[in-house]
Amino acid sequence: MKFVDEFRDPELITRTSDEIRRLADPNRYYRIMEVCGGHTHAIYRFGLKDLLPSNIELIHGPGCPVCVLPMGRIDDGLSVAKQPDVIFAAFGDMMRVPGTQGSPLEHKARGMDVRIVYSPSDALKLAQTNPDKHVMFFAIGFETTAPSTALTLLRAKTQGIHNFSVFCNHVTIIPAIRAILDSPDMRIDAFIGPGHVSTVIGCRPYEWIAKNENKPVAVSGFEPLDILQSIVMVLRQLKADEAKIENQYKRVVPWEGNHAALRAMADVFELRPYFEWRGLGFISQSALRIRESYAEWDAEQRFHVPGVRVTDPKAAQCGEVLKGVLKPHQCKLFGRECTPEHPIGALMVSSEGSCAAYFNYEHRKTAMVTSIASVA
Amino acid sequence: MCLAIPGQVVELFPDQPNTALIDVVGVRRKVDLGLLQDNLPVKGDWVLIHVGFAMSKISEEDAIDQMRTLRMLGEAEAAMQEVQGYGLEDAANTKAS
Amino acid sequence: MAHGAGGKASRRLVEGLFAPLLFSSLSEALGDAAHLDFNGTRIAITTDSFVVKPLSFPGGSIGELAVNGTVNDLAVSGAQAEVMVVTYVLEAGLPTPMLEAEVRAMGNAARKAGVTIAGGDTKVVEHGKADSMYITTTGIGRPLQGLKVDPRSVRSGDKILLSGPIGDHGITILLARGELDLEADLRSDTRSVLPLVEALAKAAGPGVRWMRDPTRGGVATSLNELARDCGLGIVLVEEMIPMRDAVRGACELLGLDPLHIANEGQFLAVVAPEYADAALNALSLIAGGQDAQIIGEVREQPSGAVLVTTRYGGSRIVDMLVGDPLPRIC
Repeated sequence: MKFVDEFRDPELITRTSDEIRRLADPNRYYRIMEVCGGHTHAIYRFGLKDLLPSNIELIHGPGCPVCVLPMGRIDDGLSVAKQPDVIFAAFGDMMRVPGTQGSPLEHKARGMDVRIVYSPSDALKLAQTNPDKHVMFFAIGFETTAPSTALTLLRAKTQGIHNFSVFCNHVTIIPAIRAILDSPDMRIDAFIGPGHVSTVIGCRPYEWIAKNENKPVAVSGFEPLDILQSIVMVLRQLKADEAKIENQYKRVVPWEGNHAALRAMADVFELRPYFEWRGLGFISQSALRIRESYAEWDAEQRFHVPGVRVTDPKAAQCGEVLKGVLKPHQCKLFGRECTPEHPIGALMVSSEGSCAAYFNYEHRKTAMVTSIASVA
Repeated sequence: MCLAIPGQVVELFPDQPNTALIDVVGVRRKVDLGLLQDNLPVKGDWVLIHVGFAMSKISEEDAIDQMRTLRMLGEAEAAMQEVQGYGLEDAANTKAS
Repeated sequence: MAHGAGGKASRRLVEGLFAPLLFSSLSEALGDAAHLDFNGTRIAITTDSFVVKPLSFPGGSIGELAVNGTVNDLAVSGAQAEVMVVTYVLEAGLPTPMLEAEVRAMGNAARKAGVTIAGGDTKVVEHGKADSMYITTTGIGRPLQGLKVDPRSVRSGDKILLSGPIGDHGITILLARGELDLEADLRSDTRSVLPLVEALAKAAGPGVRWMRDPTRGGVATSLNELARDCGLGIVLVEEMIPMRDAVRGACELLGLDPLHIANEGQFLAVVAPEYADAALNALSLIAGGQDAQIIGEVREQPSGAVLVTTRYGGSRIVDMLVGDPLPRIC
């Protein structure tokens, strides 16, 4: 696969991880946060932690839109779809996320019309091919995905498709990073920036992290060589006592962002005054809602939405894990009450949530290493 | 967030200017070009695809540049070691390169 | 629904509910077919139900799956399918040409596999049930000479053999449903693996420890079941796992792991190391076995789990699925 395989070249991966070892000061302990859930998933999928020296710790950030979605929002979305002749359409990522009455898939088993779509435009097409039903698209995602939802709403309006609406849960990444940095128990040395969000917002929005917080940022791609090269970049900055924004993912990320995407978003969305993030609490100006001019396609305006607030069980430590303060296995419920099969918190449901990734890919490796060590 | 994959534009549709057929090693899908309307791709271009929308054009030049940078990693170090090997220090103290 | 997907939930249903109530002897690990002594004759028997949407897809249809699936379950248990009985559960209103097409497909597949269809039953249910058609086949076969399949005989150092490229069937079905608007030149790999198993038996019989056909839940599920059954670890080498480009592309696009995708014409075998080369060679000489590979080996660790390693030294644990693989965008 072009533009994929080159960045998985084993020899270059070895060379880059050697460079990381050379750069890492043995007297220093590095905590590098990868913001985006997609990076978390890639780190585990490619086994990149195995290649890093023991004094580099990768902290998993809050960039997982499924993980930060409060349970009440899922209940709200499903309550709309409970009405007759409504089709609930969402990405596969949402299908197993539990609401208080069960996940979308569980609702499907009980008779709700639930469809998995790959694209919001597929949801709009569903509306066109099912004129006597209403299709409600449950939208999630950061700025990577929001423009596509925006364009789809634009097309719905232009083409006069009225049996379609969006339940909008889009969130923005900068407030989440700010919440991390403002957290008193935080100590992060550098960031691996979200490469695909940056194809939309560009690199400028991160400049305050370097200027005001004095932390290096490398906006990174998602292949092994991208992530490793980003680590090289921030290590070099830390070594030179620098803090700036670097664009590692140059082949795809424009420094100024994608203006057409930003225009579409501005046209259709506005910022909510505040929004609740699971595990992080209420954050102001951190989420998008549909503008009045598109009210007809806003599920929250078209339908009565209960506005349920569901608090997480006290024992679940999703918030601390989200902020990177705790490792997944340090949560009291991890691997016991909370597993991918019966998740308590959303970090265990989403395949890119730290807990699920750790459970699926990692924790038995740790046990293996421990048992080998105990035999040796 | 952010599963996005490189794909090549293999067909454009004159009656649907915002649509392209892209190919990912033999898998094909129509994608929406609306987010690239300021700089529409042509047949043969590579684009990054996320949820059925093209997000960005992929620059082959930047990709090649990146590979070149990566290949040079460690070569500076190796060169340094070689230079040390020719140094005037006691041969016993010099690391063989 | 998760209980039918072949992964953890399915296993719990079988082990937790069915086995204690129905099966008289739990000492044998649950295999693909039961080998019994019937009045002094050894026979193998298995049954399987087939539910697929759409009924017909590139490379085959439910009829072929129903025959090949049962032939394969018998083959990987070390038996040659001889005779089959069939039940159809049909949805009222199913067009006759559709039914006829499937019956024809079954007949052809049975002839090709050398199996006699001895009889069957048909039931019709209300419109809206049965997704057009469900088929169950029960197959009886004759154990093959020189093969003894038992996960307890697996040892550290044994090699893992895979008969051919993974993911063809599952991705073909996913694309054929039309919901994802993807197209690819892919076909289901449904076929009888008996000729390959027979070749394996001839070349390496004494060294064959275990076999399985990685259907629903994919290679990951089958190997996790083995790891659990034998208490050892399975270590796979990622680059050795054969896969068509289009399967790879679809999996990358949809965020799926090819190791979780269903196959209907492949099998896994664990072979003692001294027989591994002969085994691979024998498969590669048979039509349809040219893509066979040794994809890994059995080790002491990680006990009860499957580890996938890469050439550059990274590794990851790959577990059984909870339910069906779902596309993701994150």
